[in-house]
Amino acid sequence: MTTSKSEALLHTPGHIKHDGHNLTGFIIFLCSESIIFFAFFVGYGVLKITAPTWYPDGVSGIAVKEPLINTIILVSSSFVIYFAERYLHKKNYWGFRIVWLLTMIMGAYFVYGQYVEWSELTFSLNSGVFGSLFYLLTGFHGLHVITGILLMGLMLIRSFIPGNYDKGEMGVESISLFWHFVDVIWIILFILIYVWQ
Amino acid sequence: MTITNYDERVLKASHPVPGAPNNWRRFFGFNTDAKVIGIQYIVTALFFLLLGGLLGMLIRGELITPPSDLFDPSVYNGLYTMHGTVMLFLFLFPVLSGLTNLLVPPMIGAPDMAFPKLNALAFWLVPVFSIVLLASFFVPGGPASSGWWSYPPVSIQNPLGHFLNGQMLWIVAIGLSGVSSIIGALNFVTTIIQMRAPGMGFFKMPIFIWTVLAAQILQLLGLPALTGGAIMLFFDLNFGTSFFNPETGGDPVLFQHFFWFYSHPAVYVMVLPVFGIFSELFPAYSRKPLFGYKFVAVASFGITILSLVVWVHHMFYTGTPMWMRNLFMFTTMLIAVPTGVKVFAWIATLWGGNLRLNTPMLFCLGGLFNFIFGGITGVMLATVPIDIHVGNTYFVVAHFHYIIFNTIAFGIFAGIYHWFPKFTGRMFYEGLGKVHFALTFIGATLNWLPLHWAGLLGMPRRVASYDPEFAIWNVIASIGAFMLGVASIPFILNMVSSWSRGKKAPPNPWGAIGLEWLLPSPPPHENFEDDIPTVLNEPYNYGLNKPFVFDEEFYISKALNDS
Ligand code: HEM
Ligand SMILES: [Cu+2]
Repeated sequence: MTTSKSEALLHTPGHIKHDGHNLTGFIIFLCSESIIFFAFFVGYGVLKITAPTWYPDGVSGIAVKEPLINTIILVSSSFVIYFAERYLHKKNYWGFRIVWLLTMIMGAYFVYGQYVEWSELTFSLNSGVFGSLFYLLTGFHGLHVITGILLMGLMLIRSFIPGNYDKGEMGVESISLFWHFVDVIWIILFILIYVWQ
Repeated sequence: MTITNYDERVLKASHPVPGAPNNWRRFFGFNTDAKVIGIQYIVTALFFLLLGGLLGMLIRGELITPPSDLFDPSVYNGLYTMHGTVMLFLFLFPVLSGLTNLLVPPMIGAPDMAFPKLNALAFWLVPVFSIVLLASFFVPGGPASSGWWSYPPVSIQNPLGHFLNGQMLWIVAIGLSGVSSIIGALNFVTTIIQMRAPGMGFFKMPIFIWTVLAAQILQLLGLPALTGGAIMLFFDLNFGTSFFNPETGGDPVLFQHFFWFYSHPAVYVMVLPVFGIFSELFPAYSRKPLFGYKFVAVASFGITILSLVVWVHHMFYTGTPMWMRNLFMFTTMLIAVPTGVKVFAWIATLWGGNLRLNTPMLFCLGGLFNFIFGGITGVMLATVPIDIHVGNTYFVVAHFHYIIFNTIAFGIFAGIYHWFPKFTGRMFYEGLGKVHFALTFIGATLNWLPLHWAGLLGMPRRVASYDPEFAIWNVIASIGAFMLGVASIPFILNMVSSWSRGKKAPPNPWGAIGLEWLLPSPPPHENFEDDIPTVLNEPYNYGLNKPFVFDEEFYISKALNDS
């Protein structure tokens, strides 16, 4: 160890920051969460290829049109939420609130569309392998959408608290990340269930 | 220029922070301090070790004679299922989370975990899922009895038709345990990545931290697959879906894949921190640097990656296609390589060292010895033809107990003794510790060594009665099991009496290197707070002239001498 180096070390501050881990933690959580979906997708693929009977009796396929509209809405909401975040960065709080609310409405419409689809189907959770997988995948994803909407509502309310963004916009960033995640999962799910018939 | 009394010098530079208040009440409430949570985990887990051990002794009591005379066979099924589940999910995982909670922040110089509240939540889930699991003893039909792996179709039968049944409670408990583990893993990984002391680059971290990081990443990648499988199993059991139900077109083997995709890595989640403990203790008690630090560190991740692609070796005898068997036989053999690197490094560290045979070191040496043995039987099992032969016999039981008890639990005991003075501020009684070790080592050997023979001769696992030709091995095994029960007495005595009136512990009773040993015993609430030493080297340079942390006084005097 040379003298100059030890002198440089003399001035190393022994300090590390204590907070600001939330986003890191949340990203790690999403990676882990995606593996549950991945497990379901693998299960879907394996059973689709190997199961002796696939669609329940009297069902020959599944309608694509309404789910496609739903998909378009959900995917576009991912762009909308991006603009909401941009408004927030620019400190345009009302712009943020309005566009954020729009995202929530689009999410809610998706859930409504899913509900309509479920209520019109002629098969149930107990109708063989396909029925089980269909409701499991769409239901589990739907739960995530609903969670996302509720969390967005929370963020919307908190945006009215004075000084809410003094420590950064971690909450909004995390939820927007979550929303993109829910979106990507849906695209895979849509391809598996509706495109690959 | 030699520094003779290296540890003393570091101690002098340590930070004059007062010891933590030793108020026992804080252990009984919702506390967000990682050091309190760590002890809460460990004490809770040790309680369940006793319970799991009791169930184990009941099993061995039944097996002391060939016919099934003590319990009804269906009760017996419940006993081994609950024994395995309690040991894995109520003892091993929580006790390791406890050690990790205690050790990670001080070892990396962090004040606490990244998310203290989540940390407390993860702990408090343990009593919750434990109660859920144990409640299953009291529901109609008794506890789950399809083995700790809960293979369908056995596990999706619900003969009594109650919604509240043992198997369902089992799944809920495992699910909650998964939530707790994921929260824990998130916390550990974030803490290690973001809160290390200045100067502590990845290749200056203690090996224990490396192994925790590797293990917890494995947890994050593997556990959700089991969760996914458990959700499907839950629906099959309670709502009549057909994911794994062969009668309605489902595939039971699919569950086995989900299960082992996680549960093989799970054994590495448990064994990796124990490798970490070995790597901390061997250098400290043989006063030599850890041999091949970088290789040992990187091998942890070699194990992580490989252990994600070996799971099918648990399914060789349950109808897997030949190409799959060969592929997974190959990957399983590969995993012996990074494992072997570590074993080699420990032996090289010990070689010619000045060994100090106190209780923690004895447990470490015993654990290493048993691990080598268990590793050899593991490689035997990975060989497809052998496995097809002994697959469902006591050979497998003997193999994994050599790993899970004789290695992992030994390492955990070693860790508990080694860091006991640090976190309680008291020394333990060496004599009682040695008695504990002797009883444990002899008991464990008697218990599981003979079962290898019983297995090779064809004694099947998971049945309450067996052919009289296996009687002799089973009698020896049962004697060993009861001896292990007795071994818990000196241990409990030691822990309780040392903690309440043992000799006061100095900051560094073992002369070990590491940030945690620079703190007083017990460490103050936020460890180093903001006054964190700058790390210069990895903490294994025993007897070498390489300082561990930056010490101002030392460098100033050296600079003066040099000029
Ligand atoms: C060199 C390392 C190892 C190899 C090659 C190996 C190989 C195997 C194989 C092939 C089996 C399947 C036997 C069968 O089901 O027929 C097995 C079972 C088992 N191993 Fe290992 N193993 C090794 C180390 C470990 C470690 C480190 C652990 C724990 C930390 C462990 C825990 C288990 C458990 C729990 C089982 C039994 C699972 C059950 O069937 O209930 N093994 N091992
Ligand atoms: Cu395995």
